[in-house]
Amino acid sequence: MEKRNVNSGEWARQTKKSTARLAIWTILWVLTVAIPAFGPVLFWGENNLINLSVILLNIGVGIGMINANIKHLNTLDEMMKKVQLEAMGISLGVAVVGGIAYSMLDATNVIPFDAEIGFLVMLIGISYMISLAINLRRYK
Amino acid sequence: MKNRLKVLRAERDWTQADLAHALDVSRQTVNAIETGKYDPSLPLAFKISRLFEKPIEEIFEDEE
Repeated sequence: MEKRNVNSGEWARQTKKSTARLAIWTILWVLTVAIPAFGPVLFWGENNLINLSVILLNIGVGIGMINANIKHLNTLDEMMKKVQLEAMGISLGVAVVGGIAYSMLDATNVIPFDAEIGFLVMLIGISYMISLAINLRRYK
Repeated sequence: MKNRLKVLRAERDWTQADLAHALDVSRQTVNAIETGKYDPSLPLAFKISRLFEKPIEEIFEDEE
């Protein structure tokens, strides 16, 4: 039986490239979150101009990360897009429902502490990873 | 939806990775199509049809 050369590989290369680009932007974004969080305490104190500058830098890098995420999604094949879309839909739902409930728990003083955005971010990340793993397993 | 993708691939001595490369999809997607867990879109079905040089009806079978 003739074995055709079917290894074009261009799509696989593009996917690897977009994954690497997304990883770099995500690392940069995490680093720019750390700068306004630790910089005022460790280096420049209450300098509003520097604080505003590093926050603007964080927003700029964040936009770059969102753009890299969109490009990455566009390089995925149709089934992987479906898997990602479902996982993102679930984590968005969890973020809205969980975020509002968490805020109400704080507003009604059911919880003895202030609602922190960090918990919501963790909830979104965990729900996204769990739903992604379940979806990938479903199509395995 | 049933399909003959695995048979057609085996006839050509292609691995799932070979077919995935030819279709510009992941190996997981080829596996999911072969096992009937994922039904491809019409454009992908046409691509498969062109690759194997067979009409779509000879590759995919509606289970209704």
